[in-house]
Amino acid sequence: MIITDVVIIGAGPIGLFCAHQLGMIGLKCEIIDNLDKTGGQCIELYPDKPIYDIPAIPKCTGEQLTNNLINQIKPFNFKFHLSERVEEIRRENKKWFVKTSKNTEIIAPNIVIAGGVGSFEPRKFFAKESEKFEGKSIFYSVKDKSIFKEKSVVIFGGGDSALDWAIELSKTSNVIIVHRRNEFRGTQSSIDKIKELKKNKQLEIFTQYQLASVKGVDTIDSIEIKHEDGEIKSLKADYVLGFFGLIMKLGPIINWGLNIDKKKIPVDTEKFETNQKGIFAIGDICSYPGKLKLILSGFHEGALAARGCFKYARPDEKLRFEFSTTSKAVKSRLGIKE
Amino acid sequence: MTKITYIKHNKKSQTIDVANGLSVMEGAVENNIPGIDADCGGSMACATCHVYVKEEWFNKLPQKEEGEEDMLDMAFEPKKNSRLSCQLIVSDQLEGLVVNLPEKQV
Repeated sequence: MIITDVVIIGAGPIGLFCAHQLGMIGLKCEIIDNLDKTGGQCIELYPDKPIYDIPAIPKCTGEQLTNNLINQIKPFNFKFHLSERVEEIRRENKKWFVKTSKNTEIIAPNIVIAGGVGSFEPRKFFAKESEKFEGKSIFYSVKDKSIFKEKSVVIFGGGDSALDWAIELSKTSNVIIVHRRNEFRGTQSSIDKIKELKKNKQLEIFTQYQLASVKGVDTIDSIEIKHEDGEIKSLKADYVLGFFGLIMKLGPIINWGLNIDKKKIPVDTEKFETNQKGIFAIGDICSYPGKLKLILSGFHEGALAARGCFKYARPDEKLRFEFSTTSKAVKSRLGIKE
Repeated sequence: MTKITYIKHNKKSQTIDVANGLSVMEGAVENNIPGIDADCGGSMACATCHVYVKEEWFNKLPQKEEGEEDMLDMAFEPKKNSRLSCQLIVSDQLEGLVVNLPEKQV
């Protein structure tokens, strides 16, 4: 059991900067994210795309922004819990009990939800029967590639994940790639490699097709794919892999007794607190009159939410407003020696 | 103001006056038209504002950027006439545009 001042849910830019603000006022926090890396949407959706509206930074990529934020909170040595999703929270003795998908348990008087649009999860097949084969014959990521050896594997998708796995598995399996259009969006070298493998008959490619249905009892025997023009083709398949990127899902947050309106959590604009005492929401996930979905607005929200947390974490202390340029206490927290 | 018609999967249709300069997605969100989620808020990063554009309109619209086509790979049942409605900016030229909403967005 971990005991801390604040649990931050979401390691995107807003969660990271809120952690910084907590560190500056002398609070401790633990940061949890469902992704296996920090940066949230900045890293998952647009790592290479330049951002032009961070104050005093004319241009930076999502990756650079994330790296800078991580550097900025390094002095505080906060612990990250990555690849973990918060599954349960409940009120216990005037504090919050938080439990993750990996059974990490944390007790804190405050929770800051900086969850963006929810947690990232793989986008799945829409065919109704596909769910019952998930984890047996249908996968959205590869954990153990040895199970595919000498089997028929149909890979759906046109991006790098689909192409990379097709190239890798074609060495030992019968691989078919199915993609909804003729153009692939992976890196050119992977696309060239796929074409070469096709020419050498080491794999097959069907474009302008999508999955129509799945057949089998416990495991898949075959699948049907449908062409844009309606033609249906049956393919033998032992395994089906889908690589359609990630979607964002609010997930368990909806079960925490928070007011939710159009997938957003309403907050006040003084502390960014929700309808639950000690639970704050900042960044894309919160809503209030005038809310702008900008990173800079999220930074402001995080700064104020951090001060809101102080009240519950140190009920007997008064928070003094201090500038980082002059405060000895702040400098010592940052590990700066004068 | 430009008239845009949104037809839901159950064939129910709503025609709305949308201010020029907004996107077809924003027109739906501001008028509480269900069926367009727009999770990413219009940054072409999610494919949850996916619509089908009627044939006669499809060719009149500005061409898709590369990023839009990539995102459509991830949409629910993309077709030849699929577009992301966040990329369709309303103007006088779109007067009478009809978009069909997919059965679901994710």
